[in-house]
Amino acid sequence: MLKSFLLKAVAATALSFSTWASAQAVDLQFYFPVAVGGKAAETIQGLTDEYAAQNPDVTIDAVYAGSYQDTVAKAITASRGGNPPQLSVILSVDMFTLIDEDLIVPFDDYLTTDEDKKWVDGFYPAFMENSQTGGKTYGIPFQRSTPVLYWNKEAFEAAGLDPEVAPATWDEMVEFGKKLTKKDASGNVTQWGVRIPSSGFPYWLFQGLAIENGAILANAEGNKTNFDDPKVVEALQFLVDLSTEYEIMAPGIVEWGATPKAFFEGQTAMMWTSTGNLTNVRDNAPFKFGVAMLPEKVQRGAPTGGGNFYLFKGASDEQNKAAVKFVQWITAPEQSAKWTIATGYVAPRPETWETETMKAYAADFAPALVARDQLEFAKAELSTYQNQRVTGIFNDALAAVITGKKDAATALKEAQAEADKILAEYR
Amino acid sequence: MRGLVFRREWITGWLLLLPALVFLFAFTHIPAVTTILNSFFSTPRGRRQAKFIGLDNYERMIGDPVFWKVLWNNLWFALGTIPVSVALAIVMALWVNEKLLGRSFVRMAYFTPTVLPLIAVANIWLFFYTPGFGLFDQITGFLFGWPATNYLGDPDTALNAIIVVTVWKEAGFFMIFYLAALQSIPVNLKEAAQIEGAGRWTIFRRITFPLLMPTTLFVCVNAVINSFRLVDHIFILTDGGPDNASALLLFYIYEVAFRFWETAYGATLTVALLILLSLLAISQFFFFDRKVHYK
Repeated sequence: MLKSFLLKAVAATALSFSTWASAQAVDLQFYFPVAVGGKAAETIQGLTDEYAAQNPDVTIDAVYAGSYQDTVAKAITASRGGNPPQLSVILSVDMFTLIDEDLIVPFDDYLTTDEDKKWVDGFYPAFMENSQTGGKTYGIPFQRSTPVLYWNKEAFEAAGLDPEVAPATWDEMVEFGKKLTKKDASGNVTQWGVRIPSSGFPYWLFQGLAIENGAILANAEGNKTNFDDPKVVEALQFLVDLSTEYEIMAPGIVEWGATPKAFFEGQTAMMWTSTGNLTNVRDNAPFKFGVAMLPEKVQRGAPTGGGNFYLFKGASDEQNKAAVKFVQWITAPEQSAKWTIATGYVAPRPETWETETMKAYAADFAPALVARDQLEFAKAELSTYQNQRVTGIFNDALAAVITGKKDAATALKEAQAEADKILAEYR
Repeated sequence: MRGLVFRREWITGWLLLLPALVFLFAFTHIPAVTTILNSFFSTPRGRRQAKFIGLDNYERMIGDPVFWKVLWNNLWFALGTIPVSVALAIVMALWVNEKLLGRSFVRMAYFTPTVLPLIAVANIWLFFYTPGFGLFDQITGFLFGWPATNYLGDPDTALNAIIVVTVWKEAGFFMIFYLAALQSIPVNLKEAAQIEGAGRWTIFRRITFPLLMPTTLFVCVNAVINSFRLVDHIFILTDGGPDNASALLLFYIYEVAFRFWETAYGATLTVALLILLSLLAISQFFFFDRKVHYK
C-alpha cells in the first residue's frame, strides 16, 4: 500500500517535472506551403525533426498549410483570430500585404551582432529585392525559384539546328522557333516552336520579357507600377506576336499545368517554366534536353519567385529569437543543399553552392547551375501593396491582350490607371 | 395549474429546439447579419480600424465592371446548366427505369460523376480539354482533322467548357431523384392510359411529367442553388480566366475576400448574392407552387 502510494507520488512528481521542463522549452509553430510535387513536404518535416533533435530546448510544430494561397490565407486568418504562427513560409511578393495588415515584424531586431548582419548580406541580392523594404529585412529567402528555358535537343537536331545551342536573343528564339514549328499535311501544327504558359498568373513569365526589354514593373517601395511603360507594351506585343505574327506559339491562353507534359509529348520544342520543374523534367523527358537562361532583348533578365520566411507579430521575444536561430540553421549550407537537391529550388546563398554535396550534384547535373547563374540578371518579382489585387488587374489585362480582346497599349493603360487608384493611398 | 403545465411545455419545447437553434444561429443567422453589417464599413487593415462608410461599398459594386461581368456569366451559367441537366436527368431516369440489360450497371455509370469530388473531376477534365494531346482534340483531330482547340484559353469558349463539366457532374445526381419518383408512380395509371390508346409521348406529357412535378421543383431549387454554389472546378480549370471570362459570382467573392483581402467589399458582394438567392427561392416557390400537385 505504502509502496504503491510512493510510486504514485514519484510518478506524479516526475510528470509535473517533465511538464515544467517542456514549459521552459520554446514552442514554435511554423506554417509551410508546398507548391511543387516530389519530396518537398517530407524534406521540410525531416529537417525540422533533425533540428528539434539537436535542440531539445525548442519544440517546432511544422504545419503543412496547402498551397501558397492557402498558407497566406491561413496565416492571416489565424493572426486575426489572435493565434498567429511564429514563423511561416509565404510568397515573397506578399511582403507588402503582410506589412499592411500589420502581421509581421522585421528580422533586424533579432540580428544584432556583426556576424548576423554578415549573414543577411550572404544571400543573393536578387532574392533580397523582394525581402527588404524601407531599410528593413522582412523576409529570408527559402524556397525560391526563377524561370528558365528548356529545350528539346532532339527536336533541334531534327530541325537542322545545333542541339547544344539555345536561343540567346528574342530574334534567335523567333528564328529557331520558325524552324521548329512543324505542320502536318492539312496545315495543323504538330510541334510548336516555343511555349510560354499564361494561365492563372501570366504576369510572372511576362515579367521575364519585360525585364529583358529593360522595364521594371513596380518600384521598390511597392506603391507605384509602370504597366503602361512603352517598353512593357513592346514586350507584351512581342508575346502576342509569337502566336499571331511569327506563328511559333499556340494562340490563346496557354495552360501552366500541362506545359511540361506538352514538352514531353513533343508538342513544343522549347518551353519557359520554373526551375521548380527541373527534377520533374529530368525524370520524365524521353529525350535529351537542355536548360538555358531566358533569351535577351536589351539585357538578360528574369523575375525571381517563390517563398520567404516571415516572423509573425504576437510572439514573445524568446520565441522570435528561437525562430531566427532555426531560420539561420535551415538556410545554412548543408541543410540548404539537401533542400535544393530534393526540390529543384535555387539555393539562396552562394556558400551553399560551395559545399561538396552541391558540387557533386552540379557536376552530375549541370542544368542545376543555370538558374543560379541567371540570378545575376534577375530582378524582383512584381510586388506591391494590395499585391494580389494589383497583380490581378495586371493579369486580367495580359489575358485580354493575349486572347485578342484588347490591344496592348490600351489594356496596359487601363491597368495602370486602376493600379494607381489602389496604390495612391500608400504614397 | 394550467398555466404551470403550459409553462413547462413551453420550456421543454424550447429546450428541444435549443441544439438546432444554437447551430442555426452560430453558422447561419449571425454570420449573415455580420455580413450585412460589415458591408457598410471599410475594410480594416493593420492599424487602420474599420470605419462606417455608408453605401460606399454598394456604389463601388454598381460601378465595378467585373461584378457585372461575373453576374452576367452566372446568368449564362444558370441558363446553360439548369435546363440541360434537368432534361438529361429525366431522360436518363426514364431510360434506366425500363427493363433493360445491365440496368444497374448503367445506373451506376450515370451516378458515378456525383460520387467523385469536383476537384478531382476538374483535374481529369483539364486533360480532356488540353489543346493538342487532350482527349477532345485527339478525337476531333482523328475524325475530322480539326486543328488543336484551346477550349479553356479562349474567352468565347471557357465558360461553355465549364458548363459542360457542371452538367456532366449534376445530371446523374438529379437522375436519382427522378428515378425514385418514377418508381412511386402507380403502374395502373399508365395501363389505364394505354387502354385508352394513349401513345408513349402522351403518357409522358399527361401523366408522368405532371406527377414528377414535386421532384422537378425540388431538383430545380437545387439546380439554382448549385449554379451559384458550384465553383470548385473553376479554380482548377481556368481560375476565372481569361480576363474573368469564366468567373462566377461566388468565385469573385472568394477572390475579393480571400485573395485581395478586401473583406468589406467581399461582404457587400455576399449581400448581393444573398438577395439574389432569396428572390430566386421566393419566386420559384411562388411560380411553381401553382403547377405542382402533391398527392
